[in-house]
Amino acid sequence: MARTEKKKDVVLVGFGWTGAIMGIELANEGLEVLALERGHDQATVPDFQYPNMIDELKYGIRYGMMEKPANTTVTIRRSLDEEALPYRSLGTFLLGTGVGGAGTHWNGLNWRPMQSEYRLKSYVTEKFGADVMTEDMTIQDYPMTYEELEPHFDRFEKVAGISGTAGNINGKIVEGGNPFEAPRSDEYPMPAMPSTWDGVKFRDAAKAAGYHPFPSPGGIASKDYKNEYNMQMGPCNHCGFCERYGCYNYSKSSPQTAIIDALKRKKNFEYRVNSEVLRVEKAADGKTVTGVTYFDHKTGEEVFQPADLVILTAFALNNVHLMLVSGIGQPYDPNTNEGVVGRNYAYQITGGYTLFFKDENFNPFIGTGANGFCIDDFGIDNIDFAKEGFVGGAYWRAGQTNGQPGHTMPLPAGTPSWGAGWKKGIGEWYGHAMNIGAHGSVMSYRGHYLDLDPTYKDRHGRPMLRMTYNWHPNEIRQTQFMKQKMEPVAKSMNPTTLQEGFKKEGAMFDVRPYQTTHNTGGTVTGDDPKTSVLNRYLQSWDCHNLFVMGANTFPQNTQYNPTGMVGGLAYWAVNAIRKDYLPNPRPLV
Amino acid sequence: MKKLIRVLGTLVVLGIIALLAFIFVPVQRTGPVTQLAADFKPAEGQGEYVMRAGDCMACHTNEGGKPFAGGRAIQSPMGTIWTTNITPDKETGIGNWSLADFRAALYDGVTPNGTHLYPAMPYENYRKMSEEDIVALYDYFMHQVEPVSNKVEETRLAFPFNMRFGLRAWNWLAASYPAGFKPVQGADEQFNRGKYLVEGAGHCAACHSPRNLFMAQDGIDDTSKAFLSGGEIDGYTAPDLRGPDSGPQKWTTEQTAAYLATARNAHSSATGEMMLVVRDSLQYLTHEDNMAIAAYLKKIGTAPANASAAAAKPEITETEKLLTDAKPDMPLGPRLYLDNCAACHIVNGKGAGETFPELDGNSLVTAKSPKGLISVILHGAELPSTADRPMKLRMQGYDNRLSDEEVATLATFLREGWHNKAPSVSAAEVKAVRNLAAH
Repeated sequence: MARTEKKKDVVLVGFGWTGAIMGIELANEGLEVLALERGHDQATVPDFQYPNMIDELKYGIRYGMMEKPANTTVTIRRSLDEEALPYRSLGTFLLGTGVGGAGTHWNGLNWRPMQSEYRLKSYVTEKFGADVMTEDMTIQDYPMTYEELEPHFDRFEKVAGISGTAGNINGKIVEGGNPFEAPRSDEYPMPAMPSTWDGVKFRDAAKAAGYHPFPSPGGIASKDYKNEYNMQMGPCNHCGFCERYGCYNYSKSSPQTAIIDALKRKKNFEYRVNSEVLRVEKAADGKTVTGVTYFDHKTGEEVFQPADLVILTAFALNNVHLMLVSGIGQPYDPNTNEGVVGRNYAYQITGGYTLFFKDENFNPFIGTGANGFCIDDFGIDNIDFAKEGFVGGAYWRAGQTNGQPGHTMPLPAGTPSWGAGWKKGIGEWYGHAMNIGAHGSVMSYRGHYLDLDPTYKDRHGRPMLRMTYNWHPNEIRQTQFMKQKMEPVAKSMNPTTLQEGFKKEGAMFDVRPYQTTHNTGGTVTGDDPKTSVLNRYLQSWDCHNLFVMGANTFPQNTQYNPTGMVGGLAYWAVNAIRKDYLPNPRPLV
Repeated sequence: MKKLIRVLGTLVVLGIIALLAFIFVPVQRTGPVTQLAADFKPAEGQGEYVMRAGDCMACHTNEGGKPFAGGRAIQSPMGTIWTTNITPDKETGIGNWSLADFRAALYDGVTPNGTHLYPAMPYENYRKMSEEDIVALYDYFMHQVEPVSNKVEETRLAFPFNMRFGLRAWNWLAASYPAGFKPVQGADEQFNRGKYLVEGAGHCAACHSPRNLFMAQDGIDDTSKAFLSGGEIDGYTAPDLRGPDSGPQKWTTEQTAAYLATARNAHSSATGEMMLVVRDSLQYLTHEDNMAIAAYLKKIGTAPANASAAAAKPEITETEKLLTDAKPDMPLGPRLYLDNCAACHIVNGKGAGETFPELDGNSLVTAKSPKGLISVILHGAELPSTADRPMKLRMQGYDNRLSDEEVATLATFLREGWHNKAPSVSAAEVKAVRNLAAH
């Protein structure tokens, strides 16, 4: 029997980065705000404390910080004619849970997409002709410009505490930074982190090849820091336990370091953990929502939480799932290419070279999630799509993130994977290997989408989210292009031996090895309700008092790690809610 | 002979009469130090502000209890003192108290029935408070605090401390100075405001001044050399605030004010009792008042010699060299530091900004009693969330990771590292602190 809780002005579904941003900004407006978090509560101490956190087996191998697939998962298939099966064993992407969400266990890499990415379809069409897009490609423009978003990127970077070197300040190219980045109004709030030796080696090789290396921008504090909410970070000690771990050192940017303690001081803010939202409730006329129903794991009952404003602030896949199970917006149908919810799902494509040096010692115990140097010479803005025959780009990075023996011990191909030969290989090569990675964009396609699984149900009896995704020839061409460009750079570094790991023609999406957790699309933002779920303010076209945050709003996947964009969009949207929506609640477009 | 007996007898009788008078003649209660206008009404919020400045809440609210309902145990060398219910409840609180009763408790340490309060109640200091503040505070407790019916445990100290009349004599020594605050003529307003807060409501001397032979504060104002020169509370050192190595003298006025308002500044952070004082009291003071306190403390202290020269020239200490070299044969102390502390507090012992406090020259590290340092190593410490710095920065404890010997070795290393020069710590001292937490 469902109980009903006292009505709130705002209910937030999920208490990670976007939930925390919405929470503090709307609580500052004086609204009664409630965040519902599926998982547990967690704080730096005691939940991430030293040395308990740096337990590779518990967190790095057994994914102690992640949502267990037994509780929540998706089903996956690679084409319309396959039967989707549940993703039962974590591999290709890792979904977090608990307060802070994925913002606690990320690597910290923080980017703004390149300038062409905000109007990608127009850019491609104008510059190279519509023909360069494959027939099934469904990319589209963002409904807002980079110039409109810039102040919000800047704000997020300052709230999150990002270290980096600016390369373009108001159009002026700054030596040492990324000359290809979109113009920024200000420096990064903290100077770039120092790099380990592998990053420096790559920097020098890239420079010698005529490219433009710059330090990786990341939410890892290079000094002590205080943001606009007076929240604090301390300088990182390069322990190499970022991704898959919570930071014990107050050094990695997270909702915990950037927002939560400031938000907890507000009497008009409340959060409830172990409260899993099952659906958003629509009003009888379907034009607004009335609140959410959640499952209270403490009491084991369903709870109706009425609210004037509902904001989905969960992970991308969960936001899309909630829209589908709540029946808000027309689900996408790839056969007719009609409908919008679930449309334009995209993943990312990665590849790289591993270089082995007999005489180099990289001290892999030193690292951060955003370590090293990058180049953007093969970013989306810098590639002639007509000439190269694909749409997309990648940034490259070299910089060890960790030297954890359980999952980060690269060995030359042919080394036995167990026994004496393996031991010998480890003895010979541990600490002598480095990696250059290409982190590539993925376009949207008619056949890549999310919907409700016809067979499998979750523990609450809801149909699971079904993902239909495979590598597209466009991305294979892109990643093979990166290989071709990277090979001479890697060879110029004179490794004892090297090996490549790029996807080849015919490669099928394999969910077993970790790739990235950057899932995008499904409830994309756009100008046209026929091809988007959300308007330019991330407001539902169907129900005006429902807003949806997250990477699920991206029309196609960028070449970058999405957090910077997710944070920037959240500040953009909440600015519109505060200034435009609250005084007069209505469809903003 | 008879005469002698008669004289002795008379003396005995007189003595008994004097003793009876000492015990039974009511104590003279101090009246208002200023005659306020008949229609005086405290400004809105003034009473609550005085309550914050006086930190009434800290003692008179039990952990998890209703505000001001008392019942908190204060450990004193004489035994446990249970704090009283000061809500306006007529049965169990102070609901029947008149303004004169209230003033007498703050100025003279006596309750309406003439019973002496134990000086855990810092009336030695509250005696300096202005009539305006007394009235505002009275008004606050009578009209803004919710009455709570809570009969607290009676304080029962062992003989002879259960003879409360004895405090009458103690008061002659400790609290017989004229009530009220005398500003220093010619000093600026900020100095006098700081002095008023520190010596009066803030009762800083209750912890930060040593105690004399009679357990009274050794000096209740800055005319006394010992005033705020460091004291002891429950075995923990309350640091000196006036010497050249003390925080308020080494730091800028702004940094001291930030410490008071947020429990942290670019050098250090507040732990233990001082953390509670910031949490419950000082963070609620205005910036001007915390600046006044900081400025006053600086004025009554001894500035460090060549402070600017030292700051301008960062030197690499032997300790830093030892830690940076990290030779395999280095002793256990620095090894433990590298394994447990250096990630935040850095090999130079300087920490990082307002996030990680510096250990070089830290008064907690070099305190006369190592109890505070041991306690932080074992149990960690958490900063309170304040308006200016909301983050509850928390250092974890190492009680389950380090043995008594290791904690002692580490603490000794810290107390001798960089520029620190403090006596070593024994495993027995660590064990004693560890056992404290067990109950």
